[in-house]
Amino acid sequence: MLDGILVGLSTAFMWQNLLYVIVGCFVGTFIGMLPGLGPITAIALMIPITYNIGADSGMILMAGVYYGAIFGGSTSSILINAPGVAGTVASSFDGYPMAKQGHAGKALAIAAYASFTGGTIGALMLMIAAPLLAKVSLSFQSPDYVMLMFLGLTAIAAFSAKGQFLKAMMMTVFGLMLSTVGIDPSSGTERFTFGQADLLDGVSFLLVAMATFALSEALINVIRPEKANQGSNDDDTPVIGSTKLSGAEVKEMAPVVGRSSILGFIIGVLPGAGATIASFMAYATERNLAPKAIRERFGRGEIRGLAAPESANNAACTGSFVPLLTLGIPGSGTTAIMLGALIAYGIQPGPTLMQDNPTVFWSVIVSMYFGNIVLLILNLPLIPYFAKALTLPRSVLTVMILFFSLIGVYLVSFNTFDLFMMVGFALVAVVLRLLSFPMAPLLLGFILGDMIERNYRRAMMISDGSISFIWERPLTLGIFALAMLVLLIPLKEYFQQRKVAQ
Amino acid sequence: MKFALKHLKLAMAGVAMMSTQVLADTHFLIPGGPGGGWDTTARAVGEALVKSGLESNASFQNMSGGGGGRAIAYLIESGNKKGDMLMVNSTPIVLRALSGKIPYSYRDLTPVASVIADYGAFVVRDDSPFKSWKEVIARLEVNPGSVTVAGGSARGSMDHLVAAQAVKAAGVDGRKLRYIPYDAGGKAKAGLLSGEVKMLSTGLSEALDMAKSGQARILAVTAPEPIADYPEIPTLKSLGYDMEFVNWRGFFAAPDLPQAQLDEYTVRLQKLVQSKEWEAVRARNGWLNLFKPQHEFIEALEAQEAQLKVVMEELGFVRR
Repeated sequence: MLDGILVGLSTAFMWQNLLYVIVGCFVGTFIGMLPGLGPITAIALMIPITYNIGADSGMILMAGVYYGAIFGGSTSSILINAPGVAGTVASSFDGYPMAKQGHAGKALAIAAYASFTGGTIGALMLMIAAPLLAKVSLSFQSPDYVMLMFLGLTAIAAFSAKGQFLKAMMMTVFGLMLSTVGIDPSSGTERFTFGQADLLDGVSFLLVAMATFALSEALINVIRPEKANQGSNDDDTPVIGSTKLSGAEVKEMAPVVGRSSILGFIIGVLPGAGATIASFMAYATERNLAPKAIRERFGRGEIRGLAAPESANNAACTGSFVPLLTLGIPGSGTTAIMLGALIAYGIQPGPTLMQDNPTVFWSVIVSMYFGNIVLLILNLPLIPYFAKALTLPRSVLTVMILFFSLIGVYLVSFNTFDLFMMVGFALVAVVLRLLSFPMAPLLLGFILGDMIERNYRRAMMISDGSISFIWERPLTLGIFALAMLVLLIPLKEYFQQRKVAQ
Repeated sequence: MKFALKHLKLAMAGVAMMSTQVLADTHFLIPGGPGGGWDTTARAVGEALVKSGLESNASFQNMSGGGGGRAIAYLIESGNKKGDMLMVNSTPIVLRALSGKIPYSYRDLTPVASVIADYGAFVVRDDSPFKSWKEVIARLEVNPGSVTVAGGSARGSMDHLVAAQAVKAAGVDGRKLRYIPYDAGGKAKAGLLSGEVKMLSTGLSEALDMAKSGQARILAVTAPEPIADYPEIPTLKSLGYDMEFVNWRGFFAAPDLPQAQLDEYTVRLQKLVQSKEWEAVRARNGWLNLFKPQHEFIEALEAQEAQLKVVMEELGFVRR
């Protein structure tokens, strides 16, 4: 391993490779910041260029774009509530309220530090344990994914404010229903498409997130200007706030970031999950672990609620390189493109990659350390300039949010139907939000619903229609038990409280 | 002398350029998102066209949606106006037309030529008890539901139909085959390697990647004859089963494409597949050449349509 690291160091620190890391991180941050547009398009368009620069440099460049986009994606999530990439949707749950309360600078700084830590811990784990972790990625079968997603669903409670559990449940079911639109993943028949060819591919997660968060927020600002102005910028108070974190805050977040990085990395290693799921899971876990007083601040600008998803998504992004580099299995669209590029370089992906092409393997990993430092240096000084966007008059800012969200969705699909659908969703979301329905459970239900369905039906087919798959493997049973525990502990607290009250 | 030769070459290249300038540079329409199989094919062909001097600049447009239907509609609607549009497509255009997922068929377009081929391949994990395709069939003959077969898409997709057809050629009821759908090829591969399913139905190029890295063994391939570079992989035909399946990738133009333009495209693509620039791109991606000009391409499309229709009827995806 030490030889490998040395080979990686010497390759990654060649001046042109350092340059590619910087270019990749810069492009990634920029692409990530634009709402909607993700790393997948940028990397696909880069492929012809990367053929001319060799495998090591090409992979270093593409990896830089990938984690750079996840790093930069939080900026628009925090500032304008429009997620830059799917993996930073959860970052807006607490990041945007913080910005609204005048702590935009701090929120962006937390996102940058958490991303940096998540990415670095991820790179460290990738270096130490990649071959070992390959076994972890293959130990998960469909029933385990079902239970993992079920565990994720128990987080609904985490997304509901006090006394709104029923509303959160209703929104989750709404999300689950939305996820069934499109071609049935098992039988291949059309469901709820109403004969519309544009609905065949289902509804995109980013579109729903953008409509229910950014668009509806902008519309509500128009309808209710007096509410929007609270704690906002039409008076002369500075709204950006300091980017400095207090010692107490750092101390409070350190364990959160540590736990979320490890959790995120492990979820990222699984080919059937990814950065988005990891960020949701970390958010829910941290809320469940937080003391009661802090728990109730989640969703209203709690620093832990921002640090958790931000470290998890970057760690997960790094973790997704485990199945890619050790097994040749892509866990996401972006890694699928990188796999294609590897093959085109004439490199055989799979378990032999580490022996046959150690330079590629190790230089990509080593470049990640450097890349994360570059991202931190690139992002921190820019925070005050980005945050300046919030000092724009509301009449300008609202229009800009509308413009960027619509353009962002259009640039992904180039389909005007998506724009109409997005506006439709936004209008529904405005009504629901005015009735104080929470939006996060909708996204949770939407993203987990699709995965639960696919994996559950697959598990049922493999076990020939018997639910025995729940207890046949210890891993499945273990995650199931954990999910039940998470479900039942709040119930116990509830009954205890009632007893005390009586 | 060397100098003169260089000039002669340049002059010849110039003549070649002039003769191809009858038609503008190609605008490739890609019915899927960036990074997919269609996208890679179109961009690779475009790249080779430019590098070999057949075109000065190729442009690309991704248009996903509607299972590829949106791009077809767009080609029909505006392809003639611009007159420089070529859409990349493959077996799914036949498949999805048959199952009614897209309201068009290749007949609504002008097939130009097929360029590359992939074949169906059946793969087991390296430590699988199955050592040959015959052993799989022997097991299926006892109990057709005893071998789970993974594929990268829903039931009724290419991976499923090819597997069903392959077992049917051995006299096993294709309807009883237990096909397990995954969301993507990569996930299906993970399913096989995790031991969740016993066999994987996939394309030869992916199968070769898995075999070369020692993760899996290829039991059979659906090529009509042994593949030149890999003669050791048995074809179903060589094993004595009458089944072959080709997943072609090719290009279509708008309906009512003038004959002169069609000829120009055909010549250009034919020159392309013979060029050394294309050879580099092809080898890099592990593709197999399958150049078929329009009349041969249409024959192949018709044959494939008939072949798929029979399987889909038997499996109940198309009403008889």
